[in-house]
Order: sequence, then C-alpha cells, then structure tokens
Amino acid sequence: MSPFPTSPAPGDQPVLVAGGISDSHTWNLVYLQLLLEEHGQRVVNLGPCVPEELLITEALAHRPALIVVSSVNGHGYHDGMRTITRLREHPELTAVPAVIGGKLGIAGPCGDDEVAALRAAGYDAVFDDSAEGVDAFLRMLATLPQRALV
Amino acid sequence: MTGVGFGAFVRRAHDAGRLVVQPRMGMSSPERMRAGLLATRNATATTVGTITLDSYTRVGDLESAELAVLEGVALNGYPIVSHDRATTLRVLDGIHGPGFPVQVRHGSAAPQHIFRALTAVGLDASEGGPVSYCLPYGRVPLRESVAHWAASCRLLATVGESGAEPHLETFGGCVLGQLCPPSLLVAVSLLEALFFRRHGIRSISVSYAQQTDPGQDAEAVAALRRLCARHLPDTEWHVVVYAYMGLYPETEEGAYRLLGKAAELAVASGSERLIVKTVAESRRIPTVAENVAALEYAAAVAGRTPRAPLEATGTQTYAEASALVDAVLELDDDLGTALLKAFAEGRLDVPYCLHPDNAGFSRSYIDADGRLRWADIGKMPLNGIADVRPAQAVTSAGLLESLSYVRRSYDRYDPEDTRSAEPARP
Ligand code: B12
Repeated sequence: MSPFPTSPAPGDQPVLVAGGISDSHTWNLVYLQLLLEEHGQRVVNLGPCVPEELLITEALAHRPALIVVSSVNGHGYHDGMRTITRLREHPELTAVPAVIGGKLGIAGPCGDDEVAALRAAGYDAVFDDSAEGVDAFLRMLATLPQRALV
Repeated sequence: MTGVGFGAFVRRAHDAGRLVVQPRMGMSSPERMRAGLLATRNATATTVGTITLDSYTRVGDLESAELAVLEGVALNGYPIVSHDRATTLRVLDGIHGPGFPVQVRHGSAAPQHIFRALTAVGLDASEGGPVSYCLPYGRVPLRESVAHWAASCRLLATVGESGAEPHLETFGGCVLGQLCPPSLLVAVSLLEALFFRRHGIRSISVSYAQQTDPGQDAEAVAALRRLCARHLPDTEWHVVVYAYMGLYPETEEGAYRLLGKAAELAVASGSERLIVKTVAESRRIPTVAENVAALEYAAAVAGRTPRAPLEATGTQTYAEASALVDAVLELDDDLGTALLKAFAEGRLDVPYCLHPDNAGFSRSYIDADGRLRWADIGKMPLNGIADVRPAQAVTSAGLLESLSYVRRSYDRYDPEDTRSAEPARP
C-alpha cells in the first residue's frame, strides 16, 4: 500500500486532508500531508475528488482536530461551498475546525466577496495560493494541540 | 489507415516537414469555445483544435455540470455532455473538418458518456487510457477503469465502420506530470497504445511529457518510437510531445523558454505533434490570446529546428522501458489483466501516486545533472538495469524543491544561455 494515506500514531485527533469534490490533483495533498506531519500532526489523507458524504463519514469516524480542504483545479469555490454547507448541516460537525486553500477560482485568486462567502458558509479560514497563504496556515496550526514529535 | 481523420492530418503535416501544434483549450461558454477554436485554426501555425472538458464532466458529476450550464457558472472546461447536441454542433459548425480536426481532451476513468457525446457531434478523436486516466485522476479503482476503457475503445471503434478513422492518444507519457523517470512514462504510453490497438483502434498517438533534462527526453522519445515500431504493426501512429506538465515557470520569459525547449524536443526527436503551455499556466486557465501566442511561438521555434533523432537502443531509458514493457506483456495474453497484475504486484509503480491501486514503493529524484533517476525501484523488474541511489526521507520543502526544479531553472535569467537572450515572442 502507499506509504502516504495515513501516518501512524493512533490515539490523538488527526488532521483530515481532502481534495475538492471534482479535483483530482494530488501533489498539493502530498505536500500538505508532509507539512502537517512536520508540524506535529497526524494526518489522514483522503486523497483527491472527495465527495461530501465521504468527508462527513470520515470526520465522524476520526473526530479530527482540523479538516483541510485543498483545491487547485479552479472549482474550489463552488466545490468548497458545497462541502462546507453539507458538513455544517450535520449536528455533530458544526464546530470541527475546517479550512480551505489552493487555487480556488479559474481566473486567479478568489475575490474578497467569495472569501467572505466561504467563511460565512462555515470555513474558519481561507488561504490563497501563495507563500504567505502557507505561512498564515502554519501560524494557525500553531494554535492547535500537537502530538509529541519523535 | 484510410487517409482521413486526425491521425492522417498529422501524418500529412509531418510529411510536409511541419510540426502540428495544439492547445489545451477549454471553456464552458459555447461562444468562447467557438472563438477559441476559430483562433486556433487561424493561428500562424499548423494546428489542430482542442475541446478540453471540465472537471465535473470528467468525474461523471453531470448534475453539477448541468447546474453550472443553467446558472452560467464558468467551469474549467467545456461540458460537452451537458450542453445540448445542437449547441455543440453550432460551436463546431464550419470549423471542424478535414483541414482542421478537433480532439476532445478529458481525464475520465469512465469515459463512455464523453465518447457518446463526441461521436454524436461528428468528432472522433480523443485521448486518455486505462492507467493514465485512472491513477492520477481520482478514486475509480483500476479494475473498473480498465473495463470502462475497453468498452469505450470499442464504442469509438464503431465510428470507423462508417468510413471514419477514429483516433486515440495515450496520456501514459504524462501520468502525474512530474518526478516520474522517463522509462516508466515510455512504458505506460506504449502499453496504453497497445491496449487501444487490441480494442479496435487503428489510429493512435503516443504521448511523452517533457521532463527535467533535454538529453534524457530525447532518449525517451527515441525509445518510445522504437518500441512503437516493434509493438504496433498495421497501426497508424505518431508521437505527441507535451510541453512541461509540472510547476510551470512564473515569468513570461521562463514560460516561453520552456515552451521553446519543448518545441525543439518535438522536432529534433522526429515527433509529429506538440501540445503547448501558456504564460498563464502557473496561475489560471489561459485566455484564447495566450493560447494563440503559445501556438505561434512554438511553431516559430519548430520552424528553425532541424530533425535529428537519436539512435534508439543502447540508452538507459530504452533498457528500462523495454524491460518494463516485457515484464507486463508476459503476465497475461489479455493486456487489461496484465496491467492489473502488474500494478498489483508492483511491476509498474508510479512514484508519489496516492491511488490505492498503485503499490507506492517506488521513489525518484532529480540528479545533479538534471536527470530523473530512481531512488527506489520498489518491486519493478529493474534490478541490474536501473542505477538506484537511495534518497533521504522526503520533506515538504524537499518535495517542493524537486517539483519546482524546472520552474526555478527557467525563471532564472542565465546569461550563459544564448537562447535566453532571444526575444521571448516571435
Ligand atoms: C501537475 C498538474 C496536473 C496533473 C496532476 C497530477 C496529480 N495527480 O496531481 C494532471 C496533468 C493530471 C493535471 C490535470 C488537470 N489539471 Co492540472 N496542473 C498541474 C500543474 C502543472 C502543477 C500542479 C502541481 O503539481 N503543483 C504542486 C503543488 C505542491 O502545488 P499546488 O498544487 O500549486 O499547491 C500549492 C498551493 O496552491 C498551496 N495550497 C494548495 N492547497 C492548499 C490548501 C491550504 C489549506 C493551503 C494553506 C495551501 C494550499 O500549497 C501548495 C504549495 O505551495 C498546474 C499548473 C502549475 N501550477 O504550474 C496545473 C493546474 C493546477 N491544472 C489545472 C487544471 C484546470 C487541470 C484539469 C482540470 C485539466 C484542465 N482543464 O486543464 C485536470 C484536473 C482534472 C480534475 N478532475 O480536476 C489548472 C487549474 C486552473 C485554475 N485553478 O484556474 C492549472 C493551474 C493549470 C492551468 N493554468 O490551467 N494537472
């Protein structure tokens, strides 16, 4: 099996990494997994093209510390809205931290209105496709509990 | 080999000494799609047209594609199944024909709905493959993809009964786009071509995506041609080179230089067709104008590049590729079954691929000389053939550095490189 999908260390709350509903890109997911692990998180990588139902099932099963949705194919805004709306409708998932990032639109970065709409729909943060986006993401990560780095 | 269709058009251009250039173009609005095809046809270059499909249609989420059409939401490609047939006929009207064939590009592991829609509007050229449109493209199990692709080839082949010559291109020469040593790309591209042939397609192109080192790329195309000559008798085939399919340069100069190198690779290696990338690649879907500029630039570079193919055998890439091909073919007479066994056993193993049907033991690295090499061959039958150098554990920064090797090299202005002093545009 691929060494990527889950990193060991059961017990603590993992971070779920998921590609957008229609997005098949995976280098972004591999990168995010490595980055999260280096910052002390256990990762469950759900891979590309993650339907809402799968994300909900996995979120209920793992009780993650954080859900990270990554989309670069240009459908990130629409797919991301669908995902978070469904997720937040579930009574047990109204409060789980969830963020989205990547190349979210087909014409370059999302506008302020779209970022605001994504946040209003339930994302705790929206990160753009830049080095600053990744830095901001890491600052947010530092506020989460970490497992001991071995 | 009837002299009609996509493959015959490319062959005639090659015989006349011209490289066919093609965009990766697709937009959801029918008006813009038509304008894009027209602009491609009218570009100062020998071109074929492209309709690239959107991600919803690719993954079979037709409900979302239809909703987007109804609401006028812009997608990352043309939803050929959701626009009605009359609309697509209007997009193509007076444009598509023997002098300007149009190919549908998608990325679906279950493309029957797409093949039905494209044949319904008189198109007969597409691309993909049971492996290359499965492993990098989502969650469909490989077993299902193989069955879908067998059925889809047969579906497309029936168009041939009415005198047309349907054409399929392998995507196997690209797979994840980056960090896959060329020998594996060559092997998968060839095996998919053979799969198409065995399922009734007689006009085929084999892809190869530009990687990190021009010398290694030239070896790879030569190896691919040699393997096609051996394994594809009674088939009309040609080679299509893809301009770099990984993290693309962010500067305009860098983007054009990399495209220029791809055009040189295509012509020098004796390839017949090139798919271009634009200055927008690193950021967003390109505009029609950006596509036309890329086509014309590539054609201009091609026009001043001589054909100078390498000797095929006797290279590292050839030795590895032919060992991989042979190791798959001996597994079963049915190529679909052989491919499934090969991935299950790890005889084929794509580095960094997350798909559960890929073994995931292989690793690659970019050597100091720029060549892509194996850090781990996993269970691939390359013992004693590949030169393996175990690598250190990969980190996020290390991965990003490897992924951006080409971007960095081309974005950096290098005064030693005389080509970089040339104007970026023709
Ligand atoms: C390699 C590649 C592919 C490969 C993917 C193989 C695979 N399994 O991964 C292949 C060839 C299969 C492919 C296919 C497609 N691709 Co593609 N692809 C690329 C390419 C060239 C490189 C992407 C890459 O490897 N990135 C490496 C990773 C590490 O970087 P990244 O993805 O940019 O992610 C970074 C940031 O975005 C950020 N980030 C990402 N997610 C998140 C999440 C959070 C929370 C945070 C903080 C940060 C973050 O962090 C990362 C590191 O900096 C890009 C163009 C480019 N960038 O040069 C196009 C690109 C992403 N593809 C694109 C498209 C549209 C597609 C297709 C739909 C085909 C098409 N219509 O052209 C299909 C996908 C089908 C589908 N169902 O979605 C477009 C997206 C356009 C847009 N957003 O406007 C791009 C930009 C090319 C273009 N200009 O048209 N592609």
